[in-house]
Amino acid sequence: MDFELLISMLAATLRLTTPLLLACLAGLYSERSGIFDIGLEGKMLAAAFGAASVAALTANMWLGLLAGIAVSIAMSMIHGAASITLKGNQIISGVAINFLAAGLTTLLGLTWFHQGGRTPPLPEGGRFLPITLPFASEISGIPVIGPIYAGLISGHNILVYVAFLAVPVTAWVLYRTRFGLRLRAVGENPKAVDTAGISVTRLRYQALLITGVLCGLAGAYFSIAQGSGFGNNMTAGKGYIALAALIFAKWRPLQAMFATLLFGFLDALQIRLQGTTIPGLGWEVPVQLIQALPYILTVVLLAGFIGKAVGPKAGGVPYTKER
Amino acid sequence: MSARRPLPRWADVALLPALNLLLAFIISGIVVLIIGQNPIDALRIMIGGAFGYGEGFGYTLHFATNFVFTGLAVAIAAHAGLFNIGAEGQAYVAGLGAILAALLLDQTHWLLVLPAAVICAAACGGLWAFIPGYLQAKRGSHVVITTIMFNFIASALMVYLLNRVLKPVGQMEPSSASVVNAGKIPQLREFLPFFGYAPVNVTIIFAIAALIGTYILIWHTKLGFAMRTLGKNPTASRYAGISNSKLIMITMTISGALAGLVAVNEVLGVQNRLVLDFPSGYGFVGIAVALMGRNHPIGIALAAMLFGALYQGGLELQFYMPAITREMIVVIQALVILFTGAMEGLLRPGLETIFMMRSPEAKAEAVARETATSDS
Repeated sequence: MDFELLISMLAATLRLTTPLLLACLAGLYSERSGIFDIGLEGKMLAAAFGAASVAALTANMWLGLLAGIAVSIAMSMIHGAASITLKGNQIISGVAINFLAAGLTTLLGLTWFHQGGRTPPLPEGGRFLPITLPFASEISGIPVIGPIYAGLISGHNILVYVAFLAVPVTAWVLYRTRFGLRLRAVGENPKAVDTAGISVTRLRYQALLITGVLCGLAGAYFSIAQGSGFGNNMTAGKGYIALAALIFAKWRPLQAMFATLLFGFLDALQIRLQGTTIPGLGWEVPVQLIQALPYILTVVLLAGFIGKAVGPKAGGVPYTKER
Repeated sequence: MSARRPLPRWADVALLPALNLLLAFIISGIVVLIIGQNPIDALRIMIGGAFGYGEGFGYTLHFATNFVFTGLAVAIAAHAGLFNIGAEGQAYVAGLGAILAALLLDQTHWLLVLPAAVICAAACGGLWAFIPGYLQAKRGSHVVITTIMFNFIASALMVYLLNRVLKPVGQMEPSSASVVNAGKIPQLREFLPFFGYAPVNVTIIFAIAALIGTYILIWHTKLGFAMRTLGKNPTASRYAGISNSKLIMITMTISGALAGLVAVNEVLGVQNRLVLDFPSGYGFVGIAVALMGRNHPIGIALAAMLFGALYQGGLELQFYMPAITREMIVVIQALVILFTGAMEGLLRPGLETIFMMRSPEAKAEAVARETATSDS
């Protein structure tokens, strides 16, 4: 594989990794606080629709982004109400949110825009465009470093940089702040946190709020950064891949980045190999195998064949204060 | 505050679920209002479309057949404390068993094809659920996550098989060869012209049998007792000498086998060949059906009929109110799952208070308690 092709593959990897990474970190906050979240997919989808609708109407990408985040937070709060306040089943709540998003986005899209469920194409200013970092064109002539800087690091939209910046921020919050310590504690032993006089409910809602914001960013990325407008079911199961990545990373931020990069790379590879044949054999490359690889790897990991993934201990259990 | 009194049994079993369901439908009605349509009209068209004439009713029964299978699949797993989100993938993979049995025996008689297809479909669906069951029982990975992953793996596997293996030479569309003779299983319309062109077929008999069988299995056999014990308290079942890991594997296999029967109904009853993504969400509806039916066969039969009517009525609705598409059904399904499942506790405190107010002895007791505390 020649160098230029490699650079473009890796750049595609970064673009495909971004929503996975944002959603994965979103899930990390929620699950670290002891709330299972299989509704990442639905939150992203709803956010993508909200962002595209507002961006299309106002021609302002920032308002679109805010709308996406607001929609995602609203969904996250439904999850919170069901699983924290009403002590309901978190898995069931997540399933409901995914279906709610899948149904409502298409239904409202049809009603509001009459374009078969799509939102109108974004006007000027409604979409996050690639940013060229300073000196990218000047140093692109330098061998090796030039193409890496100009082709791989520069030239993405701002959400890509935000996603990768969110990794050290999350690591810092989780391991170096009081909030992070409490968050980790509440996912392992909520009773201890409660005994220390800290509200478990408040902490978990805070975690879900962050989850909402990050899923909102991920959803907006689909419709107003990577794409231009919303299309039916445009997140296409990426929320579940993010969930797989979260398990793969064993609920840790830096590892979440590596896991999503791996899955993003597999996605880029699968797109590139579509319709090509294996040299020598004349077989078409079975891209379905590459598509299924993130799921297969996660199943294998979960089964303890490569390391062992054990989630936060209190995950999935509603906390009841003793009377 | 005084301790809450539990609700009377009838309120717990019937009233609360009915109220939750009503809430889900009221909010669905509001959604219909938001998209600028009249919910009462929509309801009338749906009921008419689902029950008003023979063919419509036949479609309702056909959809309900699928939902009985997937609902039971989710419910049986739930009795053992397992959440099978993978009915969709299990039904999909089961399509392979159904179509291969039918293609192989296409030149014989349907009395041979039907049992063979049922067994092969159940075996494939069962296998696809057994693996997550095995992984939970022996390797400790959670069945929820594994079954989600298996849905996607099933989807990739089937796309591959349909494109590369099962597709007849020279055909463009990714689907298997069609069955032409005995592989087509008998439709009820052949005996009852009442059903018009509706695809309701003999598989419905298996659905009824599965409902009765599940009832007997869960409440009148040793295995069912063991399953319920495992679901209520895994430690207790282990102390009672039950092998939990074996039980998890058995339960998941039965669950997957039931989900697999959707394939017989859809592949041999409607399509007569294996097509891409034929379960089209029936597996997921099973979650709503099981929740609504409270994991009991009678409840599941009613819930399956309701969702069958929603599907058929929804199709009808698209003719008369094009603004309300198939996705409305997904929204209703989501709201039913939310309110009868996750937010089940929403109305409980209020209802408990009402019941406490209404029963005279409770009132007297409350008064007595109040005076007692004020005295001390």
